[in-house]
Amino acid sequence: MSIIANFQIPYTQFLDHTGDVVQPLPEFALDCENLTPLYRAMVENRTFDAKAIALQRTGRMGTYASSLGQEAIGVGIGSIMREDDILVPSYREYGAQFWRGVRMKEILLYWSGDERSNNFENQKTDLPICVTIGAHPAHAVGVAYALKLRGKNQVAVCTLGDGATSKGDFYEAINAAGVWNLPLVFVVSNNQFAISIRYEQQTAAKTIAQKAIAAGFAGEQIDGNDVIAVRHSVDQALQKARRGGGPTLIEAITYRMSDHTTADDASRYRSKEELSEQWAYEPISRLRNYLIKKEAWTKDEEDTLIKNSAAIVQEEVDEYLNTPPREPSSMFDHLYENLPAAYAEQQAELMEKGSAHV
Amino acid sequence: MSEITLVEAINQALTYEMAHDPGVIVLGEDVGANGGVFRATLGLQEKFGEDRVLDTPLSEVLIGAMSIGMSVMKLRPVAEIQFSGFLYSNLDHIINHASRMRNRTQGRLSCPMVIRSPSGGGIHAPEHHSESPEAMFAHIPGIRVVIPSSPLRAYRLLLAAIRDPDPVIFLEPTRLYRLFKQEVPDNGKAELLDVCLTIREGRDITLVSWGAMMNEVQIAAETLSEEGIEAEIIDVATIKPLDMETILNSVAKTGRCVIVHEAPRSAGFGAEIAANLAEHALLSLFAPVCRVTGYDAVMPLARLEKSYIPSVEKIINAVKKTIAFA
Ligand SMILES: Cc1ncc(C[n+]2csc(CCOP(=O)(O)OP(=O)(O)O)c2C)c(N)n1
Repeated sequence: MSIIANFQIPYTQFLDHTGDVVQPLPEFALDCENLTPLYRAMVENRTFDAKAIALQRTGRMGTYASSLGQEAIGVGIGSIMREDDILVPSYREYGAQFWRGVRMKEILLYWSGDERSNNFENQKTDLPICVTIGAHPAHAVGVAYALKLRGKNQVAVCTLGDGATSKGDFYEAINAAGVWNLPLVFVVSNNQFAISIRYEQQTAAKTIAQKAIAAGFAGEQIDGNDVIAVRHSVDQALQKARRGGGPTLIEAITYRMSDHTTADDASRYRSKEELSEQWAYEPISRLRNYLIKKEAWTKDEEDTLIKNSAAIVQEEVDEYLNTPPREPSSMFDHLYENLPAAYAEQQAELMEKGSAHV
Repeated sequence: MSEITLVEAINQALTYEMAHDPGVIVLGEDVGANGGVFRATLGLQEKFGEDRVLDTPLSEVLIGAMSIGMSVMKLRPVAEIQFSGFLYSNLDHIINHASRMRNRTQGRLSCPMVIRSPSGGGIHAPEHHSESPEAMFAHIPGIRVVIPSSPLRAYRLLLAAIRDPDPVIFLEPTRLYRLFKQEVPDNGKAELLDVCLTIREGRDITLVSWGAMMNEVQIAAETLSEEGIEAEIIDVATIKPLDMETILNSVAKTGRCVIVHEAPRSAGFGAEIAANLAEHALLSLFAPVCRVTGYDAVMPLARLEKSYIPSVEKIINAVKKTIAFA
C-alpha cells in the first residue's frame, strides 16, 4: 500500500480571546488605524442587533435572526471585498452587508415583511438574503462563472452556515466551483448550531473546511471571532481568486450567542452555563483589549462610539418605523417586467380596494 | 377530557401511533429535543428514543428520499419538512420515486410514508414560510394529499395517513395550529381518507374549501345564516384523490357552488373542482361556479399577507353574487 494523497487543514488566529497576539500580525493589522474601523463596525452591528430584537419584542417587527457574537465574520468580509465584487449572503452577515452599503433600515424592513427592503438603495449588485438554507452557494457558482467570463478580476463571496453544508446543493456548488476553478470564496460561519442541531449531528467530519479538499480546492479554518483572522484569510482568498487561483472555503469558527431567531427558545436545547462560558470568546472585547493595550483606544473614544452607534441605529430605526405600508396592488408590480394582461384584473381588484384588506 | 389545539392533536396522533406501531419513525429537522419548530413532535424523542425520533442533518432532499428507502423496508416514516416552502427540493423524489414505486415494481414494493409540513400564510412568518402548494402535489399520480382543518380531523386524518399503504403529503395549516381547541379523544380512531366531509348542511349554496380557509368559510356561513342564507360546507380534507361525489350531491341540492382556497388562482385546486362541476353538474347549477382564491402573485411578505388571503367579506360577497345570479 502507498499513500497517494495527504491533506492538512490550517487554522488561523492572530488574537486570542483575551486580545493577546498569538502570532505575527498581518501587515494591515500592524497599524491600529486600520483596526479601529473594524472595531467601530462591529460595535455598530451589535448595537443594531440589540435594537432589532427590541423592535421584535415590542411588536414592531417580525421574526429576526440575530448576529450576536458573529459580528467579526461579516465585518471582516465586508471590509476587504472590492466594491465590484459580489456578495451572495445568507442572513447573519449583516456586518458585510452594511459595509457594502445595505442600510440598516432595509434589514429591518426585510424582517418586518416588506419586499422593498431587498431593493437596496446604495447596493445594486449583491444578492438579497437567502432564507432557503443552502440554496445560494450554487447561485454563487453562477455569479462567479459570469465574473470569470467577463474577466475583470472580480470575485463572488458566498456566506453560509454550518447547517447549510449538509445540503446537496452545497456539495454540488463546491464541486462545480472546483471543476471550473471559479473566482469564488465560500465563508462558512460555523456557529455550532442549526437551530437546535449541533455540529456533531450535522456532520461526522472533523472540519467543514476539509469538504473543500474533496472538491479539489483549499479549505481552511479560522477563528471567526478574530476579525483580524477573518479579514486576513478572506483577503488571501480574494487575491488568490483574482490571480486565477480558483475557489477557497473558509470555515470561520464562531458561536451563536443568540437564540436561532426571535421565534426560537434556545434554552430548550442548550444550558445557561454553556452560553455564559462563550461570552469569554466573543469578538468585540478581545479587539478592544488589544487596542487598549496598544494605547490606540481610549475610554472617551469608547463612550463616543457607543453614543454615535446608538444615534446611527436610531436614525435608521426611525426611518424604518416611518415607512408607509405598501399598497396591496403592489404585489403585482414586480411579478414580471411587464404584467401580463391575464393578471390585470386581479391587480385592478386590489387597486380598487386600496389598503382596505378586503 | 380537556380540549387541545390542532398542533397538540398532531402530537397526540404521533404519540398514539408510535406507541402502537413500532415501525413508525419520526424524522426531520429539530424534531428531537426541540420538539419541532411548532412543537408538533414535543416529547416524542423522550418517549420513543433517538432511534425512532430522528434529528436529521439539514437536508430536505435527504429527509424525503430516505423516507422512501425506509418505507420500502416496511417502516412507516413520518417525515417533517419544517415549512412547505422547503418541500420543493423534494419534488424529484416524490414524483419520480415515492409516487411510482408501487407501479414501477407492480406492487412488489411500495412507499407507505407520510410527509408532514406546515403550510399557508397568516402567521407573520419570514420569506418562503407561507406557501400553499397543495395543487402542485395534487397533480402527481399515485400520492395522497391530505389537509386537516380542526384538531379532531387533524388527529384522525394523520392516523389514517400513517396507516395508509401509499405515500401521503400531509399539509398542516399553520394559521390553525393554535387558533382554537377541541376535544380529541385519544382512542386511535382514524378518519376515512378519500372522502370529503360535510360539516354544515344548508339548502342555498355549497361552500367547498380545505385547511386554514375553513375558518373564514365557517364564519362566513354563520354570518350568512343570520341573513337567511343557509350554506352547506364541505371540507375536502383529502385533496387527492378527490371525492367528487359528495360535492356533486351537495350541488345537486343547492344548485350553487363557491370554492375557497388560499393558494394562487391559476391552476389552483379549485380549478379541478370547477372543471368537474362543469362536466357533471351543469344542469343542476343555477349560477356559474365561483372561486374565491389567493392572487396569481407571489405570496407577499408579512406586511401584505392579509391582503392576499381571502377574507370573510370576500367569501360573503361571492356567495351573495352567486345567489343574486339566480
Ligand atoms: C431549505 C431550508 N430548510 C429549513 C429551513 C429552516 N431553517 C431556517 S434556519 C435553519 C438552520 C440553519 O442553520 P445554519 O445553516 O447553520 O445557519 P445559522 O442559522 O446557524 O446561521 C433552518 C433549519 C430553511 N430556512 N431552509
